[in-house]
Amino acid sequence: MPRLKEDPSTLPVLLTGELPAYEVKTGNWRSIRPVIHKEKCTGCALCWKFCPDACITLKDGKPDISFDHCKGCGVCATECPTNCITMVDEASESVGEAI
Amino acid sequence: MKKVLMGNHAAGVAVKLARVDVVSAYPITPQTQSVELLSEMEASGEFKGRFIKVESEHSAMASLVGASIGGARTFTSTSSHGLAYMHEVLHWAAGSRLPIVMAEINRGMGAPWVLWTDQTDSLSQRDTGWMQAYCTSNQDVLDMMLIAYLVAEEVSLPMMVVLDGFILSHTYEPVDIPDQKDVDRFLPKFKSDYSVDLKRPRTYGSLTLPKDYFRLRRRMAADMNRALEVFEEACEKFDGIFGRRYSAVETYLCDDADLVLVTSGAVSSTAIAAVDELRAEGFKAGNLRQRLFRPFPAEALRKAAKPGTPLVVVDRNISEGHHGIFCEEIKSALYSMKKPPPVYGVVTGLGGGDITVELLKEIWHEAKDGKIEASEMAFMEDAR
Repeated sequence: MPRLKEDPSTLPVLLTGELPAYEVKTGNWRSIRPVIHKEKCTGCALCWKFCPDACITLKDGKPDISFDHCKGCGVCATECPTNCITMVDEASESVGEAI
Repeated sequence: MKKVLMGNHAAGVAVKLARVDVVSAYPITPQTQSVELLSEMEASGEFKGRFIKVESEHSAMASLVGASIGGARTFTSTSSHGLAYMHEVLHWAAGSRLPIVMAEINRGMGAPWVLWTDQTDSLSQRDTGWMQAYCTSNQDVLDMMLIAYLVAEEVSLPMMVVLDGFILSHTYEPVDIPDQKDVDRFLPKFKSDYSVDLKRPRTYGSLTLPKDYFRLRRRMAADMNRALEVFEEACEKFDGIFGRRYSAVETYLCDDADLVLVTSGAVSSTAIAAVDELRAEGFKAGNLRQRLFRPFPAEALRKAAKPGTPLVVVDRNISEGHHGIFCEEIKSALYSMKKPPPVYGVVTGLGGGDITVELLKEIWHEAKDGKIEASEMAFMEDAR
């Protein structure tokens, strides 16, 4: 019979996760990645403020992106007032060059 | 101590007596005084909990989800469109297994705007995993609130205590306010299994695969069913301390009745008067009052229903394209009986139209005289 075998009273009431969000690596969801042209960057930190995953930190006043967490949403590139962030296809050769 | 209270204040007084830790609410007619009173009591120091003022009902429920995970006993109240706006988070509260208690003041749904009582707002939240109890008087509101906390915390599910807009919410009735020490005896301190602890961070409600999700829901369904038993036990304990007896399904003069009026909410009070008048006129009328809607007391209904005694269900709600909602659910519960009685359905009082003693007597006669088809959804109103 395709019935659930467990006695319902033995089933879990709730499942909670022990991993804090920063240990959940979401970077492999990414198909495009932000590439920062640091010479044009003024360090205004708008990308840091807008990043929905809080995966940008400021290093010496310039943005530093954690690619363990960046999903490639492109919000930083859209918000950057000096257009110093471009979104590059992960599969393209230019990723390697830009880095 | 007896006081004369409006239904909304009865709910607010119950929150204070239950020693609720966190109230979060947004005002909407006809719910406003229930939280207005709590806000005043918080300001004066009489209510020791915290009152969070939020920008919407969606936020009210969301903030209680957080507070409840953190171990707080919580309360909100709302009505109609406020409840509809909360809808998404109602699922989150139930799925997170949080014993949040809400006073839901029945009011019709727009369009067009309507302020008066109608159960379609609360019944629209049928499948959110919230328990629902419908109150018949203001004493009932206060008592049901206390019972709701005991039941909700025992089965780890949230509960709505539902009262009719204006008919209970704004009508003053004598209410016996229990002593704090008796309430403390009835309702122990809430102990949560979960916590918000920065040293032990946990995620709640994160992505779950189908096999686990299915089992969580299976457990929730089992606990919801168990709540029927827990509710009766809580009512028994309540009776032992306070001397007032409630039940998921209550009957009045049903044993020898030729036909039984089935009611919920404040209409159940009116129905007692209608049955008394019908009896005085020589007609064998009875009243079955359904208090719990979720979990659905199907077994209790099957026990109360007799094969040869037809039921006429009075619905102050409607599911367009189907029938009155209580009527359809009762029919489905009785279907497994060997010889289910005929069940007639009457939709009346939508948007707050009066359901009077006279109208209930007329409904009883119409059904008794075979003037309502079992397949029909009859629309009736008091023409006076």
